[in-house]
Amino acid sequence: MSDGLIVEDIESFYGDFKALHGVSLSLEPGRVLALIGANGAGKSTLLKSICGLVSPRAGRVTWRGRTITGMKGNQTVAMGIALVPEGRRLFKSLSVEENLILGGKVGRPGPWTLRALYDLFPILQEKRNQPATSLSGGQQQMVAIGRALMSNPDLVLFDELSLGLAPIVIKDIYAQLPRITGQGMSAILVEQDVTRALGAAGQFLCLAEGRVSLAGRPGEHSRDAISAAYFGT
Amino acid sequence: MDIVNTILQGVLVGGLYALFAAGLSLIFGVMRLVNIAHGDLIVLAAYIAMEVIKLTGLPPLVALALVVPLMAGFGYALQRGILNRTLGGDLLPPLLVTFGLSVILQNGLLAVFTADSRKLDAGALEIASVTVGGLSIGLLPALMFGTAVAVIAGLQYLFYNTALGRAFRATSDDAEIAELMGLDRRKVYAMAMALCLGVVAIAGVFLAIRSNFDPFMGPGRLIFGFEAVIIGGLGNLWGTLAGGVILGVAQGIGAAIDPGWQILAGHVAFLLILAVKPRGLFPRMDG
Repeated sequence: MSDGLIVEDIESFYGDFKALHGVSLSLEPGRVLALIGANGAGKSTLLKSICGLVSPRAGRVTWRGRTITGMKGNQTVAMGIALVPEGRRLFKSLSVEENLILGGKVGRPGPWTLRALYDLFPILQEKRNQPATSLSGGQQQMVAIGRALMSNPDLVLFDELSLGLAPIVIKDIYAQLPRITGQGMSAILVEQDVTRALGAAGQFLCLAEGRVSLAGRPGEHSRDAISAAYFGT
Repeated sequence: MDIVNTILQGVLVGGLYALFAAGLSLIFGVMRLVNIAHGDLIVLAAYIAMEVIKLTGLPPLVALALVVPLMAGFGYALQRGILNRTLGGDLLPPLLVTFGLSVILQNGLLAVFTADSRKLDAGALEIASVTVGGLSIGLLPALMFGTAVAVIAGLQYLFYNTALGRAFRATSDDAEIAELMGLDRRKVYAMAMALCLGVVAIAGVFLAIRSNFDPFMGPGRLIFGFEAVIIGGLGNLWGTLAGGVILGVAQGIGAAIDPGWQILAGHVAFLLILAVKPRGLFPRMDG
């Protein structure tokens, strides 16, 4: 029995398309896992299968000793799993602050409050009454991260944090990551930029065409081995 | 003075049309559901009010205290039991199901209540009026208009200042991500339908006090509601009130020229506005 996340041999579909062919992983509490792989390798589907937006048709997902396979998103968030979705997907008719408040709706106790978030990202306090989608891409990503943190999760799934952001903004956001994950939170980091992802994580998992092609610690494998696994060659 | 009077009466009737429309606007805004049975639900509310009054002897407007929660409860159950199953991507299933519901409601009401026209009796209120600057204003139309303004102000407040309103807007923006905030969309939609049918109950009772009703007058009310929503611009509640008023005034002017032109004048005004501003006068929805 583990307190962390265990994914055992799951198979998930996207409509009729089989996106995951028996993927397994395990993540101890407080650790960061980098999930890498080419476009269409199944990274987002794996995240969605964990947080309940996709129901795996086979296999099992266990979180802190409880089976959560097939649970809905509104149940997994109450159990401490939060997603920062690809493309941010902020609520466009809600203000910045309303987006954050809604993130805290499940009411899990913990360190993250509006106050704490505004300390982390001061710009959001200044813009708190603006429509969330009127902000710049980087600021929107801060709102998306903040919205996930407001549920005081024990596991955060970051999907393509740096997608569409300027390099300087990406650097800023990554600089804040240790402050976020340092609170004993586990995280799975999906990222196109392999170097950045491996630098921020203690372990990694590489997917190719819906299968695990390589897993381990970043230092254990050569760059060549990782890039071969990335491209599925 | 005649023209001023015609316009004023049109404005006041517009309040009733806005009451028909507010629920439609709300439901479309929250879940992109076009409810073909909306007009029949208004008529159902009128019949329920009639039965409540028969049983309790309450005056119609007081009977609302029972009819509103009854209809709201029915709305919640309808959404959870049937309509939620039709939602999810395609616009056609909810259209077909609410069309079927419309047919069932009309024929169900016919079977139970016959085709006789009915009316709710509000007593002296129906003919009471006040004279302001030479204009005679009926208390009932004024009350109807005031209620419409209050209902729309209330919905507006609820939408933009309460947790429920936040849940409505978030679910409307992105239902999948809203679920990850802990919102159960089936319940959010059911709450929206409950609210919608609460407003429908008010609309139904005013309709039934103002004029005769029978099981088949729902589709006509649905059209007026649609027109008010579209004239005002989708997603804008105050726009819906403006749409109702424009429709009411157009019908009033049409009727003043020739009684046969009343309904037609409303449709013509609707078409003209649609031709000039296809997104309505005050569109709110982006994208």
